[in-house]
Amino acid sequence: MARAVTTNRKIITTAVAWTIALILFFPIFWTILTSFKTEAQAINDPPLFFNFDWTLENYAVVQERSDYMKFLWNSIIIAGGSTILGILIAIPAAWSMAFVPSVRTKDILLWMLSTKMLPAVGVLYPISLIFVEFNLLDTRLGLIVVLMLINLPIIVWMLYTYFREIPGEILEAARMDGATLRDEILYVLTPMAVPGIASTLLLNFILAWNEAFWTLNLTAANAAPLTAFIASYSSPEGLFFAKLSAASTMAIAPILILGWFSQKQLVRGLTFGAVK
Amino acid sequence: MSIKSALCAATAFTLVTAGGAFADGHSATITIATVNNGDMIRMQGYTDTFTEQTGIAVEWVTLEENVLRQRVTTDITTKGGAFDIMTIGMYETPIWGANGWLVPLNDLSAEYDAADILPAMAGGLSHDGTLFAAPFYGESSMVMYRTDLMEKAGLEMPDAPSWSFIAKAARAMTDRENDINGICLRGKAGWGEGGAFITAMSNSFGARWFDEEWNAQFDTREWSDTLNFYKNMMDDAGPEGFATNGFNENLSLFNQGKCGMWIDATVAASFVTGDDSTVADSVGFALAPDNGMGKRSNWLWAWALAVPAGTQQEAEAKQFIEWATSKDYIELVAANEGWANVPPGARTSLYENANYQAVPFAQMTLDSILSADPNNSTVDPSPYVGIQFAAIPEFAGIATEVSQEFSAAYAGQQSIEEALEKAQAITNEAMEAAGYR
Repeated sequence: MARAVTTNRKIITTAVAWTIALILFFPIFWTILTSFKTEAQAINDPPLFFNFDWTLENYAVVQERSDYMKFLWNSIIIAGGSTILGILIAIPAAWSMAFVPSVRTKDILLWMLSTKMLPAVGVLYPISLIFVEFNLLDTRLGLIVVLMLINLPIIVWMLYTYFREIPGEILEAARMDGATLRDEILYVLTPMAVPGIASTLLLNFILAWNEAFWTLNLTAANAAPLTAFIASYSSPEGLFFAKLSAASTMAIAPILILGWFSQKQLVRGLTFGAVK
Repeated sequence: MSIKSALCAATAFTLVTAGGAFADGHSATITIATVNNGDMIRMQGYTDTFTEQTGIAVEWVTLEENVLRQRVTTDITTKGGAFDIMTIGMYETPIWGANGWLVPLNDLSAEYDAADILPAMAGGLSHDGTLFAAPFYGESSMVMYRTDLMEKAGLEMPDAPSWSFIAKAARAMTDRENDINGICLRGKAGWGEGGAFITAMSNSFGARWFDEEWNAQFDTREWSDTLNFYKNMMDDAGPEGFATNGFNENLSLFNQGKCGMWIDATVAASFVTGDDSTVADSVGFALAPDNGMGKRSNWLWAWALAVPAGTQQEAEAKQFIEWATSKDYIELVAANEGWANVPPGARTSLYENANYQAVPFAQMTLDSILSADPNNSTVDPSPYVGIQFAAIPEFAGIATEVSQEFSAAYAGQQSIEEALEKAQAITNEAMEAAGYR
């Protein structure tokens, strides 16, 4: 029997949720606010909340100094490309693990996930040498492949979880009706798993968008995405916090907007299978 | 649209646009990796002038100092060839030059006047007498202090103070009620942050990193004196949380009027006297302190432009370096932005220029640079070149770990003795593994 939820309990839960949400959002809010201050106001002690002369000067400086659209375009291509490529590889992999598992399937899944525990810098030189050898340094294609490989374990895991929710009998029925393996995956399984695939796409797009180790270490002038755009405004010798904040705001704006409009799918994707 | 065709379209789009990167590039385009600081950003603003004069286009890759270091090191060791010019410092240049990773700059034109480069800078950017990087700007460290607070404390700053005077002045200027700290110094972990400061300071206390057989020297009284002096002074007169303060944190405190003194890079002089400073009108300068042992605690550093061996655009890269580090470039910046904004510390002729001599911090910057000797930085003989670092490849890694131990001691997480014991063990172990001992 469902337990009645008291008004007090609702209020407390709501208050706690809002408090946590505000704490999590505060750094983003502060970054946006700082981007409208002068450099002197940005470091003022006590910090200035709203009582300062708002300025767009930092955005103007950033626009003048950097080709924002080039970085943005690279981010879109690299994040989008690696996500799509990952999905194309992960769907058949997750299908086989979900519907024709072997005794080693669980081990393989765990092993795949364990590769995420390897510090990226540990393979910096091997990956760099491969990139040099195949002429992939500072190319979007190279980054698409690397980011796809990095996120592939998560994509496979997420799709595997969704596919496990789909009854195997439906696929069996399709096979009995003469569907080939290709038809089964493409016309039966994939349409049924569209919500799951969509949330996987979104989450991996965000992960690839935010990736800041490989995108900094394997790019120069041509393929650098927004992470490199932000890094160019960080300085240990000079106070450029307001300009850095403006650059950060411009870099996170597209992904914030995307996240805002797709939050339902994201929440569903992250909580799917958590409650049965 | 079906799922199949949507996926096909998206994949095709991705492959086409991803491949577009291969089509980029131009025969007369050079790519320069540089660090994000005021002088470098200013240089980027004048790139069009260079392109107009030479027809060579320039692509900039600007990165934060530590990211830049990792990026260019990876590129040069893997022969990546992503950059035609790299901005590197005095630490990397002699090591990379010795390894044959850099193109020698011994064939620059007569008009360039390489002999005009300050000898200390040329020496630190050379290996076996060959220049491997041209200094864009150079710096040492010095004392920046509040003249009004010094006067209020009834003291007068000498041009060449001692550490005992600095400690006395720091305590006298401290006013906790009004949030004024007598002194602000770097304590942040990192070989280029707190590690650089404490190493330069230790030179004036007679300490050194290694003896002539490459044995670590952290078990000596000189190192213990250095760290105890630093910590006692900072506990009494430094800002709260000084163990995590680096250049930017101290600059922020000084500009807000919360530091009586700040000992740091000479390049900071233009910041503390600039528009963003609330104390710009009451700043004085003095040489970095000594301890009566014949060595001052100032360092020497230069951000310099070097050409990686193997670049396809060597001639164009050298042409850019000649332009960016020339006397004409200094004149160009001075004409547009004033003499206080020209890149300092690289050329002798700049300090002979009457216009530049009128800049308040010019003479003290030159005196600081001239008093630093990377080839003879310690009281007792040492086997390494460098003042705030030892120019060996292993130093960055070792010094980062050592400075973490020191920062933990500043924060009170361990004693000075424990930190020094650990530093001794870390350093000896690494040097043994590297084959020095």
